[in-house]
Amino acid sequence: MTLARDQVAHVAMLARLGLSDEELERYREQLDAILAHVDRLQRVDTSGVGETAQVGGLVNAWREDVRGECLPVEAALANAPKRRRDHFEVGAIQE
Amino acid sequence: MSHPTVADLGASLRRGETSPAELAAASRSALESLASLNPVLRYTDELAERQAARAARTLAESPDTAGPLCGVPFAYKDVLCVEGVETTAGSRILQGYVPPYTGTALGRLLDAGAVPVAVTNCDEFAMGSSNENSAFGPVGNPWDPSRVPGGSSGGSAAVVAAGAVPFSLGTDTGGSIRQPASFCGVAGFKPTYGRVSRYGLIAFASSLDQIGPFARSVDDVAQVFTAIAGHDPRDSTSSPTAVEPVEEQLGRGVEGMRLGVPHEYLAEGLEPGVRTAVESALAELEKLGATLEEVSLPSTSAALSTYYIIAPAECSANLARMDGVRFGLHVDRPSLTDTYLATRGQGFGPEVKRRIMLGTYALSSGYYDAYYRKAQKVRTLIAEEFDRAFERVDALVCPTSPIVAFPKGARSDPLSMYLCDVLTLPVNLAGLPGISVPCGLSEGLAVGLQVIGPRFQDARVLRVAHAYEQATGWHAEQPPAPPAASAIPR
Repeated sequence: MTLARDQVAHVAMLARLGLSDEELERYREQLDAILAHVDRLQRVDTSGVGETAQVGGLVNAWREDVRGECLPVEAALANAPKRRRDHFEVGAIQE
Repeated sequence: MSHPTVADLGASLRRGETSPAELAAASRSALESLASLNPVLRYTDELAERQAARAARTLAESPDTAGPLCGVPFAYKDVLCVEGVETTAGSRILQGYVPPYTGTALGRLLDAGAVPVAVTNCDEFAMGSSNENSAFGPVGNPWDPSRVPGGSSGGSAAVVAAGAVPFSLGTDTGGSIRQPASFCGVAGFKPTYGRVSRYGLIAFASSLDQIGPFARSVDDVAQVFTAIAGHDPRDSTSSPTAVEPVEEQLGRGVEGMRLGVPHEYLAEGLEPGVRTAVESALAELEKLGATLEEVSLPSTSAALSTYYIIAPAECSANLARMDGVRFGLHVDRPSLTDTYLATRGQGFGPEVKRRIMLGTYALSSGYYDAYYRKAQKVRTLIAEEFDRAFERVDALVCPTSPIVAFPKGARSDPLSMYLCDVLTLPVNLAGLPGISVPCGLSEGLAVGLQVIGPRFQDARVLRVAHAYEQATGWHAEQPPAPPAASAIPR
């Protein structure tokens, strides 16, 4: 199969990666080659085989729903590039 | 003179011949002399000083409570969070990030009195097999600085191989501890999935990631593993199964054990020097009283494809949190979407972008069934084949890597780089414990023997590796003296 350029651009947008035209072309070629290799998966017979969800056999991890320690606000905000009072600041969501 | 082990240093500390602060200072200057190899991203001087003082108090006031790691210096990979110490995952997008909390594995080492002296270089977000994907430059192999140390935990392997620290921590998602251990001629252990808490580890692929130690002997690996293993309520994937004590397993030898040799792992693409070294290792294990039995893992040929769907899919989800809002790089744009695009476009390096793209594609509408769901089914087959093999044999023995350390720049094509992990990543897919121990040299470069065990039989894996190591002494081989410290300031 061959990936189209606009498919690659669509994936980059889904992943929120701003890529240059040159990058888009490079990844198109490389993803093509990797997917051609990965296509050998289709030759494996997996009829009746379940999907692995958790390899160690754990099903669920429960704990009591009680209030515990949590990060103080100042510590949580210490790495924020932009903050306003006790919040992370983000740009406009709608243009 | 051979480099001291954890056990050697612990004994000197207990006899009062040295102090934790003195050992930390010696480690630091040894690490500085490796600057031309670039294995260290930053030193943890303040933390080292605090920890050394804490260890010294324990050794003086209650020596009976001082464990084997008390006062012993170590280094850790730049993906493990420690409160107040910059952690970047080898990426520009996290430059300047200072975690507000300490992860469990590191916290347990601190509680055991170990003294962290440095943060080691690695491939960006642990994605790579050569340490060439670090945003902060590649790492040289102590055996030959023009060659790679392996990856992604290349810095952690190199500093132990060069004798600058007796142990280090790394992480292994598809071979990132075992392959660099093999390339650098040290022991490197990936415990069973869920055996060591991943709390405070910057996630790459959460169903595969596991933290583990590098050291120059299996005894030392076992001590570090014992300190960090065990259930942690803060990691919901950490196993509540009790940790089997390792110490009583070491020294029992392999007499009467049945060891399986997966013939697919010796089939093709093995360098002749690797084959020779591994075949003599197998003969040695037989001489020690183990029975060798050929086993078959027919889905091995599909493992690489399975891994390169599942790992990128998980990474594309995990790395969504690098959004320039809560921490890390922020490239300001008027709208939030453009801020995301610019921040992530500029912050991530080429391999990370490639894997995010691949993973996003595999999870996207219309392709999910063909790639992701299919890969999760093949993963089941791979795990079941291992389980069936372990009904007949106690452990598997095979090469860690089909090749020895290659020259920097030799594998610029992504697929040829991915192929490096072909003998290690099935172990992650199946969640098994695996170790690499030195088993010889090929043209002056280290070769590793891999021992793989059933889930939660970590102690058995260490027992086999220990028996082999004690019988052969390859672990005592050391790389040539370190190259002169670089004059270039870093």
